[in-house]
Amino acid sequence: MKEENQKENRKSSRRQFLKKGLIAGAGVVAGGSLIGAIVNKNKPDSGEKVTALTTTGELIEVDKAQIRSPRVSISESHNGIPGRKFVMVIDLAKCKNARKCVDSCQKGHHLPKDQEFMKVYFLQDSDKSAPYWFPKPCFHCDNPLCVSVCPVGATFKRSDGIVLIDTERCIGCKFCMTGCPYSTRVFAWKEYPEFKEDKEQYSPEASSPGKEGTVAKCDFCPDLVRIGKLPYCAQNCPMGVIYFGDIDEDTVTNGNETLKFSELIRDRAGYRYLEVLGTRPSVYYLPPVERQFPVDSGFNGLEESIKARYKNTPYGKNHKL
Amino acid sequence: MEQSASKEALLQKFAPQIEKTSFLASIWIIFLLCIIGVGVYAFICQVTQGHIVTGMRDNVVWGIYIVNFIFFMGMSYAGAIISGALHLFRTEWRKPIIRMAEYLAIISLLIGPGYILLCIGRLDRLYYLALFGRIQSPITWDVIAISTDIFGCLIFLYLSILRDIANLRDFKELKVPQWRKKLYSFLSLGYTGTPEQEKRLRRATDIMAAMVIAIAIIVYSVLAWIFSVTLQPGWHSTIFGPYFVIAAVYSGTGVLILTMYVFRKAYHLEHFVTRKHFVAMGVVMVVLAALFGYFTFSDYLTKWYGSEKNDESLIKILFSQYYWSFIFSNYIGVLVPLLVVGIPKLRTIPNITFSALIVVVALWFNRYLIVIPTLESPYLPIQDSRPEYLLYSGTWVEYALMAAGVALFCLLFTLASKFVPVINVSEMSDAPRDQREEGLFNTEESLL
Repeated sequence: MKEENQKENRKSSRRQFLKKGLIAGAGVVAGGSLIGAIVNKNKPDSGEKVTALTTTGELIEVDKAQIRSPRVSISESHNGIPGRKFVMVIDLAKCKNARKCVDSCQKGHHLPKDQEFMKVYFLQDSDKSAPYWFPKPCFHCDNPLCVSVCPVGATFKRSDGIVLIDTERCIGCKFCMTGCPYSTRVFAWKEYPEFKEDKEQYSPEASSPGKEGTVAKCDFCPDLVRIGKLPYCAQNCPMGVIYFGDIDEDTVTNGNETLKFSELIRDRAGYRYLEVLGTRPSVYYLPPVERQFPVDSGFNGLEESIKARYKNTPYGKNHKL
Repeated sequence: MEQSASKEALLQKFAPQIEKTSFLASIWIIFLLCIIGVGVYAFICQVTQGHIVTGMRDNVVWGIYIVNFIFFMGMSYAGAIISGALHLFRTEWRKPIIRMAEYLAIISLLIGPGYILLCIGRLDRLYYLALFGRIQSPITWDVIAISTDIFGCLIFLYLSILRDIANLRDFKELKVPQWRKKLYSFLSLGYTGTPEQEKRLRRATDIMAAMVIAIAIIVYSVLAWIFSVTLQPGWHSTIFGPYFVIAAVYSGTGVLILTMYVFRKAYHLEHFVTRKHFVAMGVVMVVLAALFGYFTFSDYLTKWYGSEKNDESLIKILFSQYYWSFIFSNYIGVLVPLLVVGIPKLRTIPNITFSALIVVVALWFNRYLIVIPTLESPYLPIQDSRPEYLLYSGTWVEYALMAAGVALFCLLFTLASKFVPVINVSEMSDAPRDQREEGLFNTEESLL
């Protein structure tokens, strides 16, 4: 009886979560798919017509030039999604370095191979302790040193907890990169061809297209969240390692199951990484107990070049990777 | 005695330096311009191809550019503090070398900030620092501090060369083009040396001398805070402010001694810059060596003794990969001046100059060891990263720009010495202190 209740609770809260997400997204993007709002009346018509779905559910025909990208503008991106406080929970017991989070994130953000917003570490805290795979996004700290040290306000903290970078403002001094104790940030060392793949207008919420000489990092994909989708990493993880949700709503989901955040953290002894630094991350980890895979299965099917990246780890040294 | 030689005799002596450029000097200047040219080419490469041409990558985001930035700024502060202090205390032996210290302060201050600009990914947006500047960021503190410092040092230098400019204007035999004479006359601001003018100038110089000392200390502390406000294991240290100030003055003293040696040889100043001056500066260097050694020891002792995991891994890197540079910068760089200048018998001009050279090179490595190994050992071990991102080594672009900076430093020094003599003519022709009622502590009027 109790269990059923709990299940019901979870279901309804999941529904609520997705619904809220949809509503939040609807204001910006019609139909939650590909066609944006019509705003730019000053542009001349291109003569090419497309069909669009409005927020009220009507199908209309508009000129292509009048369609704005669904991404929010730079100034809008400074405001968080109202009433939200995002949180991520990463279940280390389930991670086996499938790297779908890395790949899908790179694809979604049009990143070159040299830039990863998500990294998978292979940590071993000491000689006798067990190694484990450790996916590491940006922690979107509540006390972010990167934001404090930025001289021009190019990186900012929003009301929904997300820390974003405006690459139109960034001067590329890299102080935030030394400020971040988690080595989260990456730099565009040159003009990568992948940046050009993205034809849409730039928005800090999408972190794309990238810009040479500026800093970038994991953004918690607010552009996807606005249309009721999970971030790329959470969507694409085949193991359901990454849960994303709202800490105020006390709900997180990995797409398959929706859980109460507080219960998950309580039952699984969730923690934040390097709490001692006082940065107050928005990413929680569940310890790698009762694991579903042997840890070295994480090396299965890896490209040699990727495998080589783990050569220097304590485990890699002991096992002659 | 040369110390109180007449103004005319001194000007007569220094006029050739200003009037003509010898064949050797021309070759020297062309050589420097060539090095600067290579640097300009390297800079163009960096701008057109992106920072990918440097050795910096996502972990070591600041390389030898920032090392050179700290290095040149350090020389500048040393010049400011030494010239300011020597001036305020009316130290008699300052007279022949104070001009060099002032040049050192301003010339390296003009070059140093250039290096931090080289670290900036988007130079086209540099004005954002003014447009969107946030006072919370230590970079903004640095921008404010450095611009104040440049301004302060320029005023101080101008005040102290004002009398010499007036001297050059009045020196009719000087064979320089008409425009130079006009320039001297314009820059001398109508100074003729009336008692009232002299009093005002002395007051203004005293105030600026005290100010540049204070500004230099603040600026270099701010620079240190850029590192120590972060959480990085090697940088997050309360001692960094004073440590950087001491290291700055220490390395700058070394550079000043080298400058004295070079100008003494180049312009035959053996009668003016004597062993006495080298010993005096050498003693200053020894005191600073002891202080620098003490700060270095304190910093690394506490890191090593507590052996927190990340400090431990940093110390391990320093004593393996960077063993020789660590030994050189923090042992040899302290012990050589202590031994060479500390033992009276060894205090010869070549010996003191040699130990100054060791100090300058050692302190460059000291800054390298502060910046790079720390970035190579962050909290999270560097993993899931391309092999070339693991360790830093500078590329030709970075070294070419470093050489260009040194060449520009030498060039500006050479040109400055051709504009106004490197020896302070007017102070040299002033009577020694005991014959004048001047000085910080024996008159009521100064400073107040």
